[in-house]
Amino acid sequence: MPKSAAISVDYAEAPVNAKLVSEDKIRLLREMLRIRRFEHISLKQYNAGKIGGFLHLYIGQESIAVGTVSLMGDNDHVITAYRDHGHALAVGMSMNECMAELYGKATGCSKGKGGSMHFFAPDKNYWGGHGIVGGQTPLGLGLAYGIKYKGLTGAAFCFLGDGAVNQGCFYESLNMAALFELPVIYVIENNKYSMGTSLERSSIVDKCLAQRAEAFKIDWAQADGEDVYEVRAVAQQALERAHKESKPTVLEFDTYRYYGHSVADSSHKGGYRPEEEIERYKKEHDPIQRFKATLLGEKVITEEQYEAIDAGVKAEAAESVKFAEESPNPTEASIFEDVYFEVDRQTEAGRTGKYFFND
Amino acid sequence: MPLIEYRDALNQAFSEEIERDPNVVLIGEEVAQYNGAYKVTRGLWKKFGDKRVVDTPISEAAFIGMGVGASMLGLRPVMELMFWSFATVAYDQIINNAGQIRYMSGGLINCPIVIRGPANGGTGVGATHSHTPENWLAAIPGLKVVSAATAYDAKGLMKTAIRDNDPVMFMENTLLYGEKGEVPEEEYLIPLGVADCKREGTDVSLIAHGRAVLTALKAAEILAAEHDISAEVIDLRSIRPLDEEAILRSIRKTHRAVLVDENKPFCGVSSQISSLIMEKAFDDLDAPVGRVCSLDAPAIYSPAVEPLQLPTPDRVIRKVKEIC
Repeated sequence: MPKSAAISVDYAEAPVNAKLVSEDKIRLLREMLRIRRFEHISLKQYNAGKIGGFLHLYIGQESIAVGTVSLMGDNDHVITAYRDHGHALAVGMSMNECMAELYGKATGCSKGKGGSMHFFAPDKNYWGGHGIVGGQTPLGLGLAYGIKYKGLTGAAFCFLGDGAVNQGCFYESLNMAALFELPVIYVIENNKYSMGTSLERSSIVDKCLAQRAEAFKIDWAQADGEDVYEVRAVAQQALERAHKESKPTVLEFDTYRYYGHSVADSSHKGGYRPEEEIERYKKEHDPIQRFKATLLGEKVITEEQYEAIDAGVKAEAAESVKFAEESPNPTEASIFEDVYFEVDRQTEAGRTGKYFFND
Repeated sequence: MPLIEYRDALNQAFSEEIERDPNVVLIGEEVAQYNGAYKVTRGLWKKFGDKRVVDTPISEAAFIGMGVGASMLGLRPVMELMFWSFATVAYDQIINNAGQIRYMSGGLINCPIVIRGPANGGTGVGATHSHTPENWLAAIPGLKVVSAATAYDAKGLMKTAIRDNDPVMFMENTLLYGEKGEVPEEEYLIPLGVADCKREGTDVSLIAHGRAVLTALKAAEILAAEHDISAEVIDLRSIRPLDEEAILRSIRKTHRAVLVDENKPFCGVSSQISSLIMEKAFDDLDAPVGRVCSLDAPAIYSPAVEPLQLPTPDRVIRKVKEIC
């Protein structure tokens, strides 16, 4: 049985939540709303042809990124896959740099070189934004290795989807995480569909996906991802295990994405999943509406305050579009920048030999 | 100067760099307690302990990726692949992660990692263990690729690779590990991107990297002794960055080139060099560029035949005589 799941069902009373003051709670709500409004406006701009490539929206899953990231201290790190806007905003990246990146502008967080799937902010302990399913799981292991090697008390949150759990490198990573006792926390965001393939059609499941950690003697927990209090309470246990015992954990949060795998996924509504299912999640399991109701009930906010917060983040999102629209494109010459550190810095090592073979 | 084996020259490089920089850590299968599958790391675990020399399970994708992740935080992992052929199971980590993260982050991140191990055929271990992936990897902007032919070069290039702030793919060779060469006692570094003229000549340039340099040198000896042909031997040492000027300088002097390459001929390193010479030294050439590569089929096992699949001095001499 999962050792970490046996806690009180009233997650609001969990110590990590009980200590929150109103300001903290409002911040959690606001961060979730920032993600939702950013994603909504991204979708609008994508449909207007302003954004290229793929766009994997995080709408419906906001409580997971916000809940986990809200626990992070100075030596805690985070890395995720391609549905990465939520985690980026949660660590404190500005909407401007994120929207500009979607637009492929020079002012984007990755100077327009990464796009939607590749947001990074190492100054905020955020290591991306990775496009290959499961490919970030060994990197998360490496962040934990680095933390431990340096003698720091910290952890690496490594997010992955329910589709990624069937990649081999994830299991190699679990084995090494347990073997080397590394403070990595794998967080499976189970939104029930790996692209257009349902969980039932892609994975053998006994109790849940996180249970697979048992094979590696790794503690695990499965929880409801729609309640930000629950996310925080469960993730805090994993964080403490990482900090105090330098041990890994696998967490699984049930969640749901309202939009397709990417915006280009037109068959998600009534195709591989029934429209009623989407509507049911929106009505009954929305993390923002749920937390709003909680805070109204706790008398932490009023309806008017909620509207004001929402208006504020909507304005921030609208402003980011303006910023992105007005920002310059990268120069053609910048294609060759940021390939090699030594070349960029024109160090001694960067001046010997030919690096690029265009002419 | 002490005469030491290629493997020990590498061992000295590791030992010196571990002592120099607390962030350097050797990681790989059997590198610690077993002393390395090819004894390249022998004695280092005993000397430096568990923290600096680390055995891994047989999980190339995870441990190479782990090294990449740790390098993002400022460690300088030196990762051993028991064979470079095993890189195929870690390709996503090498190509997409080590190779692309800097670019995709707009230069916010760099990965100071070395991935190293033997990359050669000729040892009777069959096609899956005999790949020479320097051309596969050099095709990826973001990666650096180095190939050492001698003990001296192995040590000097490895020390530089470990201090480099970009991912360096270091190609060694099981057939060279036991080869002895002069290695000075005092510290030295060899920059990446600087080729080495291993033998001066006037009639033809033999351009090679890795063990093919030794094949070219043997051929040059015979050409001088038996055919009155003076061959120059250029050792590229570094594939990317490439010392283009050293190649062109030699061509301008000899006006003929034979490229000796243990890669397969199709899209091998020598294909790139050949194209370079055609584009930049066409008027200096007195004959078409010749190439001697590994024969274009998977590596055969048969000990009787396999040596013939690799470039031999005899094949080099025949090719030289075609154009001289």
